[in-house]
Amino acid sequence: MSRNLILGTALSSLVLLAALLSFVWTPYDHATLNIPGKLQTPDPMHWFGTDHFGRDMFSMIMVGARTSIAVALVAVGIGMALGVPLGLAAAARKGSWLDEVIMRGNDLVFAFPSLVIAILITAVFGAGAINAIIAIGIFNIPVFARITRGAALSLWEREFILAARVSGKGGARISIEHILPNVANLLIVQGTIQFSLGILAEAGLSYVGLGAQPPTPSWGRMLADAQTMVSFAPHLALIPGVAIIVTVLGLNLLGDGLRDFLDPRIRVART
Amino acid sequence: MLRYALKRLISLLISLAVASVVIFAVIEVAPGDPASFMLGVNAQPDTLAALRAELGLDGTKLQRYLNWVGGMLVGDFGTSYTYRTPVSQMIADRLWVSLPLALYALTLSTLIAFPAGIYAASRRGKPGDLAIMGATQLGIAVPNFWFAMMLVLIFAINLRWFNAGGFAGWKDGLWTGLHSLTLPAIALALPQAAILARVMRSALLDILGEDFMRTARAKGLTRRRALWRHGVRNALIPVLTIIGLQFSFLLAGSIIIEQVFYLPGLGRLVFQAISARDLIVVESVVMLLVFAVITVNFLVDLAYAAVDPRLRNRT
Amino acid sequence: MSLLQIENLSLSIHGAPILRQVGLTIDPGQIVAVTGESGSGKSMTALAVMQLLPNGAVANGTIQLDGQDLMQRSESQMCALRGAAIGMVFQEPMTALNPVMRIGDQVTETILIHKAMSPAKAREQTQEVLTRVGLPPDRFPLSRYPHELSGGQRQRVVIAMAIALRPRLLIADEPTTALDVTTQAQILDLLKGLVREYGMGLLMITHDLAVVADMADQIIVMRHGEVVERGATNDLLRNMQHPYTRMLFEASDHQVTLPDPVRPGPLLEVTNVVRDYRLPRRRLFETPARHRAVDDVSFTLSRGERLGLVGESGCGKSTLTRAILGLEDVQGGQVLLNGQPVFAAHKPNLAVRRNMQVVFQDPFGSFNPHHRVGRLITEPFHLLDTPPTGSERQDRISEMLTAVGLSPGDAGKYIHEFSGGQRQRIAIARALIIRPELILFDEAVSALDVSVRAQILDLLAELCATYDLTYLFISHDLSVVRTITDRVMVMQSGRIVEQGETEAVFSNPQHPYTQKLISAAPKLPDYNRGAA
Repeated sequence: MSRNLILGTALSSLVLLAALLSFVWTPYDHATLNIPGKLQTPDPMHWFGTDHFGRDMFSMIMVGARTSIAVALVAVGIGMALGVPLGLAAAARKGSWLDEVIMRGNDLVFAFPSLVIAILITAVFGAGAINAIIAIGIFNIPVFARITRGAALSLWEREFILAARVSGKGGARISIEHILPNVANLLIVQGTIQFSLGILAEAGLSYVGLGAQPPTPSWGRMLADAQTMVSFAPHLALIPGVAIIVTVLGLNLLGDGLRDFLDPRIRVART
Repeated sequence: MLRYALKRLISLLISLAVASVVIFAVIEVAPGDPASFMLGVNAQPDTLAALRAELGLDGTKLQRYLNWVGGMLVGDFGTSYTYRTPVSQMIADRLWVSLPLALYALTLSTLIAFPAGIYAASRRGKPGDLAIMGATQLGIAVPNFWFAMMLVLIFAINLRWFNAGGFAGWKDGLWTGLHSLTLPAIALALPQAAILARVMRSALLDILGEDFMRTARAKGLTRRRALWRHGVRNALIPVLTIIGLQFSFLLAGSIIIEQVFYLPGLGRLVFQAISARDLIVVESVVMLLVFAVITVNFLVDLAYAAVDPRLRNRT
Repeated sequence: MSLLQIENLSLSIHGAPILRQVGLTIDPGQIVAVTGESGSGKSMTALAVMQLLPNGAVANGTIQLDGQDLMQRSESQMCALRGAAIGMVFQEPMTALNPVMRIGDQVTETILIHKAMSPAKAREQTQEVLTRVGLPPDRFPLSRYPHELSGGQRQRVVIAMAIALRPRLLIADEPTTALDVTTQAQILDLLKGLVREYGMGLLMITHDLAVVADMADQIIVMRHGEVVERGATNDLLRNMQHPYTRMLFEASDHQVTLPDPVRPGPLLEVTNVVRDYRLPRRRLFETPARHRAVDDVSFTLSRGERLGLVGESGCGKSTLTRAILGLEDVQGGQVLLNGQPVFAAHKPNLAVRRNMQVVFQDPFGSFNPHHRVGRLITEPFHLLDTPPTGSERQDRISEMLTAVGLSPGDAGKYIHEFSGGQRQRIAIARALIIRPELILFDEAVSALDVSVRAQILDLLAELCATYDLTYLFISHDLSVVRTITDRVMVMQSGRIVEQGETEAVFSNPQHPYTQKLISAAPKLPDYNRGAA
């Protein structure tokens, strides 16, 4: 176990536990307004202070973790569920029209950054947390399709795949039986990295109002609210920011640690 | 080389065509009629029809698509539903903020990342490398808009070196313009530089294990000269890919960062348009962003061929 | 005084001993060959002379070049020597050159970094050197990039870089291992000529004893990091002292006795097979050009026969193998097994395929690392309508593992627990388990050390006796094909140019290409085989 893996696991589980705990317990109700007690700095009563409506920041951060994790997790799930089969299929039929269509489709989706997709969806259907999930999820599809195809292609050249073909196994069966287990480590590591990028993207989208809508607490919106008060209440901006950094840092360290642990030769795509 | 460029160009045009169809189709799905939205519920049918004609909303879907694309080709992006002014004019004004910001940030990020990545690779495992790797690990985790807020807090509010926001425009000279874009550019560039430096380092480390690096050492090159003369150019191939991808992230990022600094860029335009349901503006801005991403990737493809002779004789 | 004198050289990497008390001397104009199997430490000895050892290496002893100890030299002093006083040629010409730098610039660089002459003179010298190694600038301009040259031509560029400043010592680490035999012969001649002309000392690292015997003045045999025997080539060949040396020479030229073939009738019939590949379009709208990898090939393989297929890389033998296995459709002709097409209606014919299996070259890439041996070798059961299950399956696994010289208990292990030779045995077990009528060996012993290769050849001869094997043995190695086949075909540029009884073809080749191939292959001289 490397230091990365230990630290990454610790930070990620801290955030995950906070998110899970928020379902059953938070120090205060995150939505209860308490105008007289607004803008308190951190103290033993309110560990992270209170915001401009007097809401407990600690409770909001805990519930916000829930939003971030849910959005990023579902988005990565969408990307994997669609991207991995597409990548496997493209590699199995390398050079065919299917490969061509999948790869050109990939290029096309790559031309639409998450933010652009979110803008389109919001303009047409109105705002909501689901937009962020769809926007980040769509952007994840080509990411997974591309790395799966790349890794699968080099495996298809290997002689054990030829041996399986000589044994009469078809493309689909070989992809599931031989290719998938051999790209699983890569997918786990890349999935962790995409998860962390999803957290960042979700924060950005909800900051500009394209993600979770009130009253759902989210770290990005807490930052948007804090912006006008940063000169006299910097803790409102500092705390959600640090929460994002801790989560993303933890997931990145976890990804790097997993890579070193599972297979140091894995190359992660990071953009 | 020419053949390669031509083939890339054709693929660029196809991508643009498909992207425009996708964008048009999505906007078409939007419920409601912009003309009745603009005139309110009590509009007379004939005024409504006149406005629809004026906005180019009559005709079949295919006609409207062709009008839109044909218009864009000659610089006519239609008329804003809310402001009744040409969209092209609105975009052009804003582009003078967003584009310089993205380029400024890209330049900064490259200027920081290249030396940092090369230095870290040449000092692999030593304190200098570890320090840079630690810093980049943190840099990747920082959301750029939050970083921007912290920069405002420190350099604008406390130190007063910069304005907290707004954009003076370019009419007071290049320097004034750049000065007001500096904090946003830094906020955009540093997190991207962290990624780029890591890519540069790992690309170089891969190259260091190549046979031709050993050949270079056998000729009598020192470790450092071999790294510079033979390593860096080969490492550029993976690094260019990332720079290309980064440009689209910088464009998207600049839209978010504009909100922090109250910059009158494309971001402000598009968010105002979304709340006003000014779909033609949204449609045009999105098309412009996608156009930028696709074009930059085309340029990256050309740069590949400049760096890697193996690509030149291929199609 | 000797040019190079290594004494008591010991080396360990991260604490693991690699070299023990190695010593050797080279005089000017002398060729000293260091030979041995993988893991013998021969390449590490060469890198120690260059002082280009991997990270974590700790070396002791002395390496004297012209009386100066290289081990005591600082890194910057070594940089001044490398390329100027010592040149080095590497094994893999395909990767030894910088892909984004013109070949002229790469050769000139050697001259310029040592500031031996002005840039203009360096350019002149580059042209001279490239001409000397057989790449005259009028045919091979200095502006060429490495990817525009063949493997042999690239190796000439690497040699030009190494000799541009006429070093006193040249080190060549397996310089021809990656090349075809005809190219190998040319490169070896070039190296010999350069040594004679420049009076260089040549430290030649190679595993190929035929090359060693052909070139070297002195031979040094290494095993597990130690020198086991050394001597002048003629003395050593006549009088081998160490049993390992004798084993090595015996294994390099290993002969097996095959049972007499029974040929009751044709099994595999290949008629007028054509296999085309589409080349990438060079112009946008032109019809893409085609490369004919297999061109009108016909032959028949009888039941019980052992047929060889030899040819150099790119001659189409791998493509032909895939066509026979029914992995790819052909553009013309037919492949019939027992009269049935392996590829019918653009789909592989599984009923026919279950009578064929294959053993590949790479013992490390042939198995899915996630599966146990039992599962790996039973993969061909997929071809059967009713694959054996339960104890019958176990019995088949045990029988096959025993037949290839492993134990039934090995079925529960993962592939990484086995050596290269053992893996090749497992590959043979996998090919045999459904008792196919035909087995294809695709360079099946080419990646193995000579001693392991000899054992696998023995195993094949044994299996021929027990199972009446019929096989097609594809290889670039003429000496192996000569002993393991009854009949042989020679392939060149997609065509079979000659076929016949193996002994007849080898002793009396008819086609000019076959003659060229056989004469280019280095041969072990007659040495004292029996002496004990």
